[in-house]
Amino acid sequence: MAEVLPKTDDEDTEGFWKAAKQGRLVVQKCTSCGEARFPPHPYCGKCRKTGHEWIDCSGYGRVWTYAFVYKPMLPAFEAYTPFPIVYVELEDHPPLRLAGNLVATPDADINSVDQDRVKIGLRVKVVFRDRAEDVALPYWMPVE
Amino acid sequence: MEPSIIKDRVAIVGIGETRVGKALQASEQELTCQAIAAALADAGIDPKEVDGLSSFSIETTDEEAVSRNLGLGDLTYFVRSPHGGGGGCATVGYAAMGLVTGQARVTVAWRARKRSKPEQRPWMGTAPRVKDRLMWTNPFGIIRPVDELALFFRRYMHEWGATREHLCNIAMACRAHANRKPESIMYGRTLDRDTYFSGRWICDPLSLYDCCLETDLAQAVVMVSADRAKDCPNKPVYLHSFGQGITIDSGMLGSLFGVNPMHTQGYIAAEMLYRYSDFKASNIDVAQLYDSFTPWVLQQLESYGFCKPGEAGSFSENGTLELGGRLPINTGGGSLSDGYSHGYNHIIEGVKQMRGTSTAQVADAQSCLITSSDGAPTSAIILRN
Ligand SMILES: [Zn+2]
Repeated sequence: MAEVLPKTDDEDTEGFWKAAKQGRLVVQKCTSCGEARFPPHPYCGKCRKTGHEWIDCSGYGRVWTYAFVYKPMLPAFEAYTPFPIVYVELEDHPPLRLAGNLVATPDADINSVDQDRVKIGLRVKVVFRDRAEDVALPYWMPVE
Repeated sequence: MEPSIIKDRVAIVGIGETRVGKALQASEQELTCQAIAAALADAGIDPKEVDGLSSFSIETTDEEAVSRNLGLGDLTYFVRSPHGGGGGCATVGYAAMGLVTGQARVTVAWRARKRSKPEQRPWMGTAPRVKDRLMWTNPFGIIRPVDELALFFRRYMHEWGATREHLCNIAMACRAHANRKPESIMYGRTLDRDTYFSGRWICDPLSLYDCCLETDLAQAVVMVSADRAKDCPNKPVYLHSFGQGITIDSGMLGSLFGVNPMHTQGYIAAEMLYRYSDFKASNIDVAQLYDSFTPWVLQQLESYGFCKPGEAGSFSENGTLELGGRLPINTGGGSLSDGYSHGYNHIIEGVKQMRGTSTAQVADAQSCLITSSDGAPTSAIILRN
């Protein structure tokens, strides 16, 4: 489905992708002041120190914003248009957000959730899908 | 307050532009040189006198090529501004800094952009493996600038109760002004509300008429000290104020990973811009607001202080933004209806307003705000006459 994949060997972000490969959604937590951060970066902007651990998230969140992508698009995505794109705010770490796609079931396509169902505040749960030897991407499944 | 070293000390004395078109024959380099040559002719300054150049970091024609093609003098000052369209007004600000510090005597700033063909869109070249910030969005089909803008505006509507009717006000204001300018791409094509709402979706909630044009063109300005400007043939247009802005949560294009994406870069640039300025939002006569997509214009009405946060939608009603209204915007048609040069046409149009030669001239205009993006790290200037 997605022919655009992340480079997973960057020192600052590889921890996220290693965890994703194990089906875990993680964010950084500063070992000095405890502030959680995402997307990953080496210094904590709050206390200006390095040092972090990767902490597991519940995997639940709510749609913070959404849009529907129409043509023209890259060939890898065009067959699925129109499909929703979302930013999900993590339930246990607001205001941290991830960008992503909605899927009706763990294996469904990225256009499988009806447009009428997509709303700000929609509760979702992460599912991971293997996309390459080194890549598992998070997708978001609506939950009642 | 402490004085600003650049305030009113530098003037734009020449403007030059190529035709705005689709699939122009000339190369981007040739277009660049056409625009600069025209700007120097307009300023009545010999190319040999140019010793400073200022442009975008993404400009494809470099300083050496410009110098070689146009037979410039020895260059003692050359600068580039980063972050795509956000760097537009910064090219003017940096040029002014070279002049007031004595590092250059005549500085040219420019932008050329040949993007009218679909295969020339930058997002078409998205790599199979992406890094840095793109790795968090591109794998999910958030590829084009419009995708991030659509996500931004959906949230904006949720926060403030704005609607697409308000975006339509922006699109119609730009089009009405383009309809007065024969060189504009959309000169002969009017836009009414029905047409706006019949536009096909590009990324819902944004449709065709919320997106800027893709065109081929180049535009340039010539700047000298205020003293020297008095001897030039055109009425001097003074750089009154300059500001740049990056928020702590900045991230192309809508900073949607940040704590409050509605606190845009424009708020930072505005604070800097107004710090030394005699003009504030309340007495700015005309504005050229960066309009790669309509939602940015609404946002900038707030970030540059024309209304309170969340009130831009209602501010845009009743013709406020059209000629004759309180704040005419994008009087040359803007990126939405004139052409897209990363906002350089806004700078050219701002100079025309201050000269009194715009095709949508605001009577007795004495100040013009010009902005460069709001989602990208941004810059802005105020011109006066
Ligand atoms: Zn910390």
